[in-house]
Amino acid sequence: MSYATTFTRGIWKENPIFRLLLGLCPALAVTTSVENGLGMGLASTFVLLCSNVIVSLLRDFIPRKVRIPAYIVVIASFVTIVDLTMHAYFFELHRSLGLFIPLIVVNCIILGRAEAFASRNPVGLAFIDGLGMGLGFTLGLAVLGGVREILGSGSLLGFPVFGASFPPALVMILPPGAFLGLGLLLAGMNKLEERRAIRAGEAYEPPREMDCGSCVLCNLAENLNEVEAKPLDRV
Amino acid sequence: MSTPIKECIAVEKLVVSAAPHVHSGQDVRQVMRDVILALLPAVLVGIWYFGVDAARVLILAVGGCLFFEAVMNRLLKRPSTLGNLSAALTGVLLAMNMPSSSPWWLVLVGTGVAIILGKAIYGGLGYNPFNPALVARVLLLISFPVQMTRWVVPQGLGTGFDAATGATPLGAAKEAASLGTPLAEVGVPGSMDLLLGNVGGSFGEVSALALLAGGLFLMWRGIIRWQIPVGFIGAVVLITGVAHLAAPEKYLDPLIHVLAGGLILGAFFMATDMVTSPVTRRGMLIFGVGCGVLTAVIRLWGGYPEGVSFAILLMNAATPLIDRYTRPRVFGGQRRQLFADRSES
Repeated sequence: MSYATTFTRGIWKENPIFRLLLGLCPALAVTTSVENGLGMGLASTFVLLCSNVIVSLLRDFIPRKVRIPAYIVVIASFVTIVDLTMHAYFFELHRSLGLFIPLIVVNCIILGRAEAFASRNPVGLAFIDGLGMGLGFTLGLAVLGGVREILGSGSLLGFPVFGASFPPALVMILPPGAFLGLGLLLAGMNKLEERRAIRAGEAYEPPREMDCGSCVLCNLAENLNEVEAKPLDRV
Repeated sequence: MSTPIKECIAVEKLVVSAAPHVHSGQDVRQVMRDVILALLPAVLVGIWYFGVDAARVLILAVGGCLFFEAVMNRLLKRPSTLGNLSAALTGVLLAMNMPSSSPWWLVLVGTGVAIILGKAIYGGLGYNPFNPALVARVLLLISFPVQMTRWVVPQGLGTGFDAATGATPLGAAKEAASLGTPLAEVGVPGSMDLLLGNVGGSFGEVSALALLAGGLFLMWRGIIRWQIPVGFIGAVVLITGVAHLAAPEKYLDPLIHVLAGGLILGAFFMATDMVTSPVTRRGMLIFGVGCGVLTAVIRLWGGYPEGVSFAILLMNAATPLIDRYTRPRVFGGQRRQLFADRSES
């Protein structure tokens, strides 16, 4: 796999947030503004980059059976560095991200890349992969943070974008806004992907969970008949 | 794709027999028309008390819902569903859930949310898990708390004043509770005013009498059953009654709890939405009681003075589960053994 495709894959085709739906806990919790999203994204990118490199370097020395604890130790070391650095130099941002910085340790995208990519590839590729995935993650957080900040507080990066006569929709910076924003962005991504596929003359397949056959609501009538037979019903 | 089961009216009335079958003639459009008719008295009372402003909110809401419904039909390449009046009904219900002082953009945002986020993205009428009008109301309430709680105290048409704002009875009681003032010092309106609608509140919730008339009309037409409204209001009466008996200086009379706020509107018109409430009678009763318990808990101990819309939305989410556990036994089928393994041992 070439460096270029490894890099761009993380940004669009396998974007951690919009395509893989990984790392959603920080993505939903801290994206109340672009600033928070960017801060969280860059902190995670740093950790991902470093852990990818170290895991790749150590890939021949870590016994398979204890690899997960070993990865966690590597990741946790870098998270500690990020945590202390941000506490020292970006105190306000550190305070608004709060608990979610230490929680980068358990961010599934970082452990996921260590397990799925860095532990099987040479260090150069692992570095590029970490960079691509990290920037893709940052991009996702910043876009979601941007949508929520514009709609929820009427500003972008702290600058007001609407006049005072336009009250922002508070819901967007509250937890439900994260789900609404992410859902609508995902729908938009899928639409773009569909259009691209049709233009390129490829067959477009919607993500599995999106096609009508796997939708519980659409099949309510059939599902009602189906559960009849299931023993679970007798519990 | 099969016809959604919820679109069949009153599933239990269906008699299983050999073909040929005769269609009862009742369709979505007729049901929606009847519900709108049933809401008419309350709408007229609202306009009587709140004046032109209320009519403006109503027209904007209905117009907005029809507009967004048309837009979504077009975008999703569906046949037009404007004729089945469901969007119009959503508009009427949304208008009744908003203060008559709502600015125009608030109403339009609400209609967009109701139709697009409340209904269209789930696949349209019959597939939405939550009541669209309530989704919009709750989203507006948490987004724009100032505009959504600027309650107008009725002045009537042509009394000289443009408008005056004030707290709703429940809002006043909640504030008294948080400040620790005894209820007697708060001006809670008498039940006659509440019955007729001469109180502050959103456009459609003020007159209990007009809403009750509409609700009874719907029952007579066979569109709603008694289980949801009775379970709902009964549970609220029971819980607020016990609380009132225990601490009358702190908690309002259950009669006020029934007549004030959106309880009657919610119990007869919102909770009974065919799409988002259970299909079996037992399920409806569970659903109604659940709504009532949640409403009473929110009103007495929650952060908001009114909890009807939250309660109904929460129970909407439980509807598939309730439907599942209250499914009637198939004729000739085995009785459900609740503790199958225990009885065997």
